[in-house]
Amino acid sequence: MGNEEVVIRVANLVKSYETAAGAFPALKGVDLAVRAGEYVAIMGPSGSGKSTFMNLLGCLDTPTSGDYFLAGRNVASLDRDELAVLRNRTIGFVFQGFNLLPRMSLEDNVALPLVYRGVDREPRRARARQLLERVGLGQYAASLPSRISGGQQQRVAIARALVNEPQLILADEPTGNLDSHTSEEIMALFGEFNREGITVVLVTHEPDIANHARRQVRFLDGRIVSDRATGGEAA
Amino acid sequence: MFRFMLAEAWHAMGANRLRTGLTMLGMVIGVGAVVIMMAIGQGAQYAVKQSIASMGSNLFIVLSGSFTTGGVRSGAAGAPTLNVADAAAIAELDGVINVAPVHQGTRQLVYGPNNWNSQVVGTTPSYLDARAWTVVSGAPFGDSDVRSATRVALVGATAAKNLFGDEDPVGKTLRIQQSPFVVVGVLGSKGQSLDGRDQDDTVIIPLTTAQRKVFGTPFQGSVRMITVQAASDEAMPVVEKGIEALLRQRHRLREGMENDFYMRNLSATAESQAETTRTMSLLLGAIASVSLLVGGIGIMNIMLVSVTERTREIGIRMAIGARERDILSQFLLEAIIISITGCFIGLVLGVGMALLVHAVSGMVVVISGGAVLVAFAVAAGVGVFFGFYPARKAARLDPIEALRYQ
Repeated sequence: MGNEEVVIRVANLVKSYETAAGAFPALKGVDLAVRAGEYVAIMGPSGSGKSTFMNLLGCLDTPTSGDYFLAGRNVASLDRDELAVLRNRTIGFVFQGFNLLPRMSLEDNVALPLVYRGVDREPRRARARQLLERVGLGQYAASLPSRISGGQQQRVAIARALVNEPQLILADEPTGNLDSHTSEEIMALFGEFNREGITVVLVTHEPDIANHARRQVRFLDGRIVSDRATGGEAA
Repeated sequence: MFRFMLAEAWHAMGANRLRTGLTMLGMVIGVGAVVIMMAIGQGAQYAVKQSIASMGSNLFIVLSGSFTTGGVRSGAAGAPTLNVADAAAIAELDGVINVAPVHQGTRQLVYGPNNWNSQVVGTTPSYLDARAWTVVSGAPFGDSDVRSATRVALVGATAAKNLFGDEDPVGKTLRIQQSPFVVVGVLGSKGQSLDGRDQDDTVIIPLTTAQRKVFGTPFQGSVRMITVQAASDEAMPVVEKGIEALLRQRHRLREGMENDFYMRNLSATAESQAETTRTMSLLLGAIASVSLLVGGIGIMNIMLVSVTERTREIGIRMAIGARERDILSQFLLEAIIISITGCFIGLVLGVGMALLVHAVSGMVVVISGGAVLVAFAVAAGVGVFFGFYPARKAARLDPIEALRYQ
């Protein structure tokens, strides 16, 4: 394991927000390295900075100070468009609220990252169909997101996250809006993709969910307070 | 990619049909107004141009002077100060190509049971040349008819229709002031003059015949009016001065005495009328353009609302890899589609309205391909111009702020 490529490396990462009461430090110097193929759960109470950290990892937000190397590239040196390309090809996002576009069919939702990559229509549709089949929703390809359940929507979101074959999946409370049975199905999907070599980092505050990961990183007050290997795939 | 974006724009617009429709309405009204105004303005210009062309180019008229009896002034052409010899002398001037002495008035024409009051013009064959007037059937009378004062007539289209109906007037005999005249030709149609008079409601007869049989004149050879055509636009000032000097000399007017004749430059009058029409159509266009501008601002307004409403959607798109230009082109495309669709509908409505105006009022309208193209280009430009700011605003959003937006 030790020789594998490092996907994420952050050093002394600080993020503070300007508020009326002055600067509020959400992250107070975080160091972390994640190697390719790892399955990491980030835990911590609300306000511990885990979501802030996740947004920084996802190149959605920029740190106040500190370094972040993603797949060997210094994120701070990239412009907005380069960051967009990174989000498009290297990272796949899964959100708590699914974040599908409501007016688009499931197939178009899954294919959207390919549109921004400039893939032609036919290969785009074939790839989107393939991913939808993979998450078990091939028959709903032409439906709108509102016609399927929350768990199904999250599966579509996972298909969308994977459509560009990213190295890394970032999931922010992916089961936060789902019942426990559906949650297990979603976690099974993450496990499956992780076994195929995709690095997974997920934020959760539920121990059951975190137990699926092989490494648990615990945040408190903007710092990492514990970082330990676990059995993984508990359930 | 582009097809996908078009489909997306279509969906986005379809999601709020009423709003899209109302936004479009602004463009529809703007473009429609521009098209109607341009059609009417250009129509007016066209009508004026036609009148100028039908009048003949580079024309002067010289009118005989006024006289005063017991404080009552006769007005222009009241006194018999011009005569045929003046006309002959003017014809010798450099730069003059046609000179026609004219004596005209309104008289009753009679043919069989029909009668009709019309303008009777006594003149020489040069008159037809100066006015660029053609004879469509039969033949014009010649100088010999003027010399021997024959009773022949050329009838205008309107006079012919009212007197002869469907009959061919050529060879028929009509009466003016009890004198019989043989119709030798029918004049081509010239339509309305600048002052709205029907130029075809006329009969042209030899000047000498007119003076002896129709109008009667106390002084043989005197005329009320001489029509003069200069060779070119550039020659007109010279010709004007030449005529004035010549007539003052011929009429033995000393230094300090007023002219006993009046000169009018018909072409200058026509030019100023054309200028007025041009100004009017520009003004109409400007007013219509304001509504186009308002339509454009409407698009901007709605696009701004749309960007705000779809902030979260923009955030999602950015999270999965949309670049600035992807978001920019998405919103720009929507604005352009709205404005071009609006433009197309406005164009159709505008053309329809212009044709309706023509059908109802008989006003001349001209719809030129150029105007239509300009309207389209302007509409697309309005879409880009007013769509750009909201689209850029969308493209510049911070991804995390946009994603958090509720």
